Amino acid sequence: MGELKLMKGNEVIAEAAIRYGADGYFGYPITPQSEIMETLMAQKPWETTGMVVLQAESEVASINMLYGGAACGKRVMTSSSSPGLSLMLEGVSYLAGAELPCLLVNVVRGGPGLGTIQPSQADYFQATKGGGHGDYQIIVLAPASVQEMNDFVGLGFDLAFKYRIPSLILSDGVIGQMMEKVEVSDYKPRWTDEEIQKISGSWATTGKTKNRERHIATSLDLQAEKMEEHNHKLQAKYREIEKNEVRYEEFQTDDAEYLLVAYGSSARICQKSVTLLRQKGIKVGLLRPITVWPFPSQRIAELANQVKGMLAVEMSAGQMVMDVKLAVNGKIPVSHFGRYGGVVHSPGEVVEAFEKQFLGGK
Amino acid sequence: MTEEIIIAGFGGQGVLSMGKILAYSGVMQNQEVSWMPSYGPEMRGGTANVTVIISDERISSPIIHEFDTAIILNQQSLDKFENTVKPGGLLLFDPNGITRPPQRKDINIYSIEGAEEAAKMGNPKTFNMIVMGAYIKIRPIVKMENVQKGLEKSLPERHHKLIPMNLDAIQVGMDKVVKFAVN
Repeated sequence: MGELKLMKGNEVIAEAAIRYGADGYFGYPITPQSEIMETLMAQKPWETTGMVVLQAESEVASINMLYGGAACGKRVMTSSSSPGLSLMLEGVSYLAGAELPCLLVNVVRGGPGLGTIQPSQADYFQATKGGGHGDYQIIVLAPASVQEMNDFVGLGFDLAFKYRIPSLILSDGVIGQMMEKVEVSDYKPRWTDEEIQKISGSWATTGKTKNRERHIATSLDLQAEKMEEHNHKLQAKYREIEKNEVRYEEFQTDDAEYLLVAYGSSARICQKSVTLLRQKGIKVGLLRPITVWPFPSQRIAELANQVKGMLAVEMSAGQMVMDVKLAVNGKIPVSHFGRYGGVVHSPGEVVEAFEKQFLGGK
Repeated sequence: MTEEIIIAGFGGQGVLSMGKILAYSGVMQNQEVSWMPSYGPEMRGGTANVTVIISDERISSPIIHEFDTAIILNQQSLDKFENTVKPGGLLLFDPNGITRPPQRKDINIYSIEGAEEAAKMGNPKTFNMIVMGAYIKIRPIVKMENVQKGLEKSLPERHHKLIPMNLDAIQVGMDKVVKFAVN
């Protein structure tokens, strides 16, 4: 049982990284996630665990430092908010192509462009549909509480190393800035060189020995056929992840006649909307994708046989709703509701939107 | 029990830290809590507010638009939040600087001369604890022993010598809060 604290989501990301035994953090400040690096700098883990914390000159530099660290088999991470993540996408594509594990954190703010510093969920496409170039995926975890900000640091690293893939924690300004009770994880030591050799020795650039080929971390192959073969390998890995790593949570779906689908902070808001609608005698449930890639398509397809309609609620103009529609495949009506550009919808607004869409309300 | 609170005033008045101490007091008595600040490009002198929820049950939405209690520390916040208090709810305000006092007759309104009492104590920084004392007097949702533990947890150790003064300020708030009659 870990220690109980009251912390901001951003602060706990930093705390969890140190406690998990991360080797390095490289980043550049941007609201609303600057507390991540601030907390790391205040904790000075380089004096205790030996973890490196470095403010790079830019987001582009940060992501390429991750590439270097990850290629050595180290557990490295960065964090940013929307415009900063956009700057990193070239590097993310390279990391995915070179099959390098790492942890990314996006505390999403309103866009497009420099946008605003207020919470948003409009980076769903960027996170789940590539964002950068080429046919790649990254694992995307969507925390809905400060506790999950803690838990997903470890989970994100574990999955990243299990599949040699970047993991992304897709958070937003609400979860990053709010404080909640959190049980922080116990301290784990950083991996020793021997452990890195054992875990990642088959690919990491840990220093060539006489009896093996050189390890090269690259995403480049000028022979198209070889590149296609590499892509086949990546795609097989993505199918494997889709099979094994889908995570979701259901709230009052057992007898539901309608379904809300929402992730992250919007799912918290929708939980209250479900309660409000049930007080009016309307049987509504909530499905919360915890992994938005891989997406819980199969479960949503099953629920399409049970409910009369689904409302995807997200702080965007309608992004995750596309994945819900693909899963439902035209079987029942699927709609979208959400405030965006930095505005957070209230539980009551969700109720109104639901009634308007499905019950012919005002 | 669920208590949904908005605390709103000027940046620099201790709005966010009052919320944090309340939330920590809730944690100390094993309750669920959430603390959600407005985090616009605010600075000292601008407006600041924080939503605090303390509950026996798991908290669903940390974002809410109506409240059991509003603790109001300036005119802009009164204008913005008076109508968000649920009927039967509580509005606590400091009349200092208020030119248009609250009007609602379907809620319970109390006032505390926080700024004035803080000046009398010789330390304007005790202001937020005086106001919090007034609140706890009317809504004893957190026990004093847990408030003390909450203070210990939320203040860095180098400031722990200030805890007795903060406890005194809370007592002053409890003693000085008065019911406000709407004309």
